[in-house]
Amino acid sequence: MAKIKLDDIRKVYAGGVEAVKGVSIDIEDGEFIVLVGPSGCGKSTLLRMVAGLEAITSGTAQIGARTVNDVEPADRDIAMVFQNYALYPHMSVYNNMAYGLKNRGTAKAEIESRVREAARILEIEDYLDRKPRALSGGQRQRVAMGRAIVRDPAAFLFDEPLSNLDAKLRVQMRIEIKKLQKSLGTTSIYVTHDQLEAMTLADRLVVLNGGQVEQIGAPIDVYEKPASTFVASFIGSPAMNLLALQKQGQSWQLQEGEGLEIELDVAAEEITLGVRPEDLHIIPQGQTSHGVLTAHLIVSAVEPVGAESYVHGTLGNGGPEVILRAPGKAQFAIGSKLDVTATPDKLHLFDGNTGKRMEITPMRVVA
Amino acid sequence: MKSIKLLDHVILILGALFMLVPVGFAFFTSTHDAISVYQNGLQFTPGGHFVDTYTAVLTEAGGFTKEVTGLTMAWNSLVLGLGFAIGKIIISMLAAYAIVYFRLPLGTFIFWIIFSTLLLPLEVRILPSYEIVQGLGMMNSYSGLIIPLIASATGTFYFRQFFKSVPDELVEAARIDGAGPIKFFIDILVPLSKTMVAAIFIIMFVYGWNQYLWPTLITTDEGYFTLVRGMKQILQVWIGAQIPDTNQAMALAILAMLPPVIIVVIFQSWFVKGLVESEK
Repeated sequence: MAKIKLDDIRKVYAGGVEAVKGVSIDIEDGEFIVLVGPSGCGKSTLLRMVAGLEAITSGTAQIGARTVNDVEPADRDIAMVFQNYALYPHMSVYNNMAYGLKNRGTAKAEIESRVREAARILEIEDYLDRKPRALSGGQRQRVAMGRAIVRDPAAFLFDEPLSNLDAKLRVQMRIEIKKLQKSLGTTSIYVTHDQLEAMTLADRLVVLNGGQVEQIGAPIDVYEKPASTFVASFIGSPAMNLLALQKQGQSWQLQEGEGLEIELDVAAEEITLGVRPEDLHIIPQGQTSHGVLTAHLIVSAVEPVGAESYVHGTLGNGGPEVILRAPGKAQFAIGSKLDVTATPDKLHLFDGNTGKRMEITPMRVVA
Repeated sequence: MKSIKLLDHVILILGALFMLVPVGFAFFTSTHDAISVYQNGLQFTPGGHFVDTYTAVLTEAGGFTKEVTGLTMAWNSLVLGLGFAIGKIIISMLAAYAIVYFRLPLGTFIFWIIFSTLLLPLEVRILPSYEIVQGLGMMNSYSGLIIPLIASATGTFYFRQFFKSVPDELVEAARIDGAGPIKFFIDILVPLSKTMVAAIFIIMFVYGWNQYLWPTLITTDEGYFTLVRGMKQILQVWIGAQIPDTNQAMALAILAMLPPVIIVVIFQSWFVKGLVESEK
């Protein structure tokens, strides 16, 4: 158990490609940190640098009080769980878990008791004599976690450990990982591209894009106050609606298309407006909008998912596409018109050029 | 459908007969005595001298020096076959390990150099090889028979391909588990390669056992003759003024064939597994 401190970590590959461009994160003892981002954002590279599997080009990585830049992976006091489990195929489950301890010269009795204990926690006691190939994907994943647990490391590193499992098992293992991490209290860094996994597991999320940190924060804060259009579109499913606006005289217009009326008082020329699908509400027939925003939507597709329906539509005639979440039983005909609105506190504003969040409360509530 | 199946079988049976009938002749001939073979030629039926002939071939000292028995030659062949196979496996595994897992400068280039030696079989480089072995005073020794042939481009190639198919995460997991390069090789890579080792062992054992040209050059002392090399020599000596012991030559040929056949039959499933399937 330890703090992990990453200070301005960079990774430049031999070919000159800069995969990680100066990342600094302070991870508290026992914290569950999730690195999330699209493919190629540098999240795995960052994790592998913490593990010692990739050299750190510049910056420092500290585990506990020790700078580990030049420490061998085995001596960093970490354990890693890989996407494809990376179990030794010719060793029994028991030996897979015991191998690292044997190499460290742990006493036999000690190894035995630690492996039994880990197997008990993970409920794989019955499989200790089997070879990995005789196990299902979920069981293999447990063994891979068991291999990490027996070492009682300062930190667990997870590299997309659930990606190879089917959807149902993934949800189940996700919960188990979370419980396990809480009960062991071991500092953990978890890499995933799945934003739902990231949201549910993390104490704090680190959203990465293009080798840089876009935002660090508790999942709900990231969801409610995305720091940039990238985070806004990446976290949340369906993704946040983003509309590019420009100032025309005193009023704001869509940059492309029409069908949106909005009253804003912002000192800027171009902004991006963000509204989450669940924050768009349909205005019942005969009533008028009570928000600052009114959008006229033409329904183009409806995806019923049971508890709710995702209604896709275009603003005005052929304008930008917008998604809203409607209660499950609502019926919409394709091509029908809907007027939707949102309350001012649910609108997100981003700078039109940089994409960064604008922390102002620009809304003028219409009386 | 049925007729095609029948045809398949006919072709298979014909092929099998084509391969086996000469061996059968050799075996039957070896069970007759020298005189009847001399009078009647090759024999197609079993004769009554199986035990005599084979005992004579295995235990009676023959050859020019009258010192070497069939058993000695079989032992020499075994040493050559085993030394050849085991040596090749060790050398090519280590070479492939270095090429695949270490960032050698020019590693790929070195591999292709090794690979291109496939274009230079023993027959092409026999004179310089002989010259070197002779210069080192390794004539008439097991080391002279084995060591010069031990480098194997084929083996290196197979092991390289196999090692490349081992997932990188396994190496990384081992690194985190504290296994250094030697431990990783012995604890992980060698056990993973066992079917591949078996397949290459079979190929190389048979190849080594059947070597003719190299033993012919390197051994002049009959005590180092292998079965394949000794067969003809011994038959020639036996001819002399007496009736040729064709039956004994045939028996020797049968004996020379037996070990490779046994090895292939026993290990055939491993062999196929090693070449076709990888266990991951």
